[in-house]
Amino acid sequence: MEHERLNFKDRIIKGKWIGKLFLVMIALLAIWGIGSKAIYNPQLFIQQIINGLQLGFVYALIALGYTMVYGIVRLINFAHGDVFMVGAMVSYFAVGVFHLQQWPSAVFPGIPLYLSLTIGTITVILLSMIVCAILAMVIEKIAYKPLRNAPRISALITAIGMSFFLEYFGALPFVFTPNFIPYKRPFDIVTWYVNNGVHQLQAGKAPPQGSVIFSNILLIIVLVTIILVLALTYIVQRTKVGKAMRASSYDKATSRLMGINVDGIISITFAIGAALAGAGGVLYATAYPSVFFWMGMIPGLKAFIAAVLGGIGSIPGAFVGALIMGQAEVLAAGYISTPMRDAISFSILILVLLIRPTGIFGEPEAEKA
Amino acid sequence: MLLNVKELNVFYGAIHALQGISFSINQGEIVTLIGANGAGKSTTLNTVSGILRPRSGKIFFNEKDITLTPAEEIVRFGICQAPEGRKIFATLTVLENLEMGAYTQKNKKDINDSLEIVFQHFPRLKERQNQLGGTLSGGEQQMLAIGRALMSRPHLLLLDEPSMGLSPILVEEIFNIIQDINSQGTSILLVEQNAQMALSVAHRGYVLETGKVAISGECTELINNPQVAHAYLGAH
Repeated sequence: MEHERLNFKDRIIKGKWIGKLFLVMIALLAIWGIGSKAIYNPQLFIQQIINGLQLGFVYALIALGYTMVYGIVRLINFAHGDVFMVGAMVSYFAVGVFHLQQWPSAVFPGIPLYLSLTIGTITVILLSMIVCAILAMVIEKIAYKPLRNAPRISALITAIGMSFFLEYFGALPFVFTPNFIPYKRPFDIVTWYVNNGVHQLQAGKAPPQGSVIFSNILLIIVLVTIILVLALTYIVQRTKVGKAMRASSYDKATSRLMGINVDGIISITFAIGAALAGAGGVLYATAYPSVFFWMGMIPGLKAFIAAVLGGIGSIPGAFVGALIMGQAEVLAAGYISTPMRDAISFSILILVLLIRPTGIFGEPEAEKA
Repeated sequence: MLLNVKELNVFYGAIHALQGISFSINQGEIVTLIGANGAGKSTTLNTVSGILRPRSGKIFFNEKDITLTPAEEIVRFGICQAPEGRKIFATLTVLENLEMGAYTQKNKKDINDSLEIVFQHFPRLKERQNQLGGTLSGGEQQMLAIGRALMSRPHLLLLDEPSMGLSPILVEEIFNIIQDINSQGTSILLVEQNAQMALSVAHRGYVLETGKVAISGECTELINNPQVAHAYLGAH
């Protein structure tokens, strides 16, 4: 009896139940608010979910890099969002300036247009991935590696500095310029609407009232992201490099005793994370067609929140967290007001850090014995 | 001579942890380093493994100077350590832990052969190969640590406190396996606090005291040495 009362007192002092109650109330409020509007206008609701899916999948590609790098070097790589920006910029130059997406038609003149554009678009994405991977390896080598044994805060501050460097170097007039640049898609957008069956939407026409629209961009984003996430899962779970990544993230000294070149593995981790962000940059620019030296800032932070929400260091966590973030943001923009989406995103970060700092899939770090 | 360590001096900051330690291991031997906590046993192993850098002194392996070779390269020369506290990769399965031990091995067939050998020594690891390393019991983790080190096909196996935290029956079992491994041609450098057990399986031993070699000799001599018996074997 005495014991129980003490426990109860402890719980009041710790105030954990207040946090949980608060969370439950917020959840109920959100479900009530969104639910009532969803019933009132289901088409709009489904439209929002689709838009959120598109955004969430792009965030997932960025969030994976945050979480992988954190998993292996315990560093929040704030320059990651700017690597994403560079990925978008590379594809802007590749498509808008060099017309790289048309190379198959130029080399093999008789090739069907759709095949040429598919191969061309894949080439553009791969090019951005490679450039970002190399960029991240260089950043790691010059900025983070010398600080490997320094206090973690030093590396964090360096990461913020690196982020500013990439942004304002990019803003120079002979680099990406400080202006918004309209982005030319590697392929044309095709839109369908769902209203008693799926119909293609003619350019310049409005869909009939009460229909849900989606585009080939959504399909491409979902497809590319799923392929890349499956490839990543395969690399991490099945290949020697992936196993060495997991071993190194668990215990670096012992990994070296096994003959694992830990510095090399860290470099590869940065490269893989950056390649995913690079692909994310191309997809993001295709979906929201304008590029800007600062464009990595907000999506980078949102993806960071997604990684924290999912449990930083956890790969499935980053993916699930990103999908939740995409939905939260689009629903906030659609049902409250557009500027509220950022406020909602950062509120999620604060709530996660207050109530469950380890995130959905994260585990407390103290179990290593 | 397989391993030859000459006048090793190692510092942790200002602390002079190893003060001119010299010892050697011949092909096929089990050599043990015994001594109290803080005598420098694990420091010695970690210096041989390349995790720590000596300030002065030399380490020769098969007549080759490996003093400044980084840890991940030393494994390729044929030295592998099962570290103190087992240091299993808890988030990897037993099989993946063993694969990490074979990280330096390129040939698939060799890796499978090594795996067979490890499973012969430790049948329990075979039963648990798909379980996460962190879910194993202490004894099984020790077996995994030794098995993982064997996967690199070492000429010299470094064992740091393999008996730590294990029940007497398990200690007996582990030491029998250590002797088996040695009889199949692997030389062993064994660091132990359980001096009794260590001296009973090893051929030669070195007693370390505050970073120096205090006494050395054949194990049969050491067991009968009154100083050793008094300080480490609990005789009065």
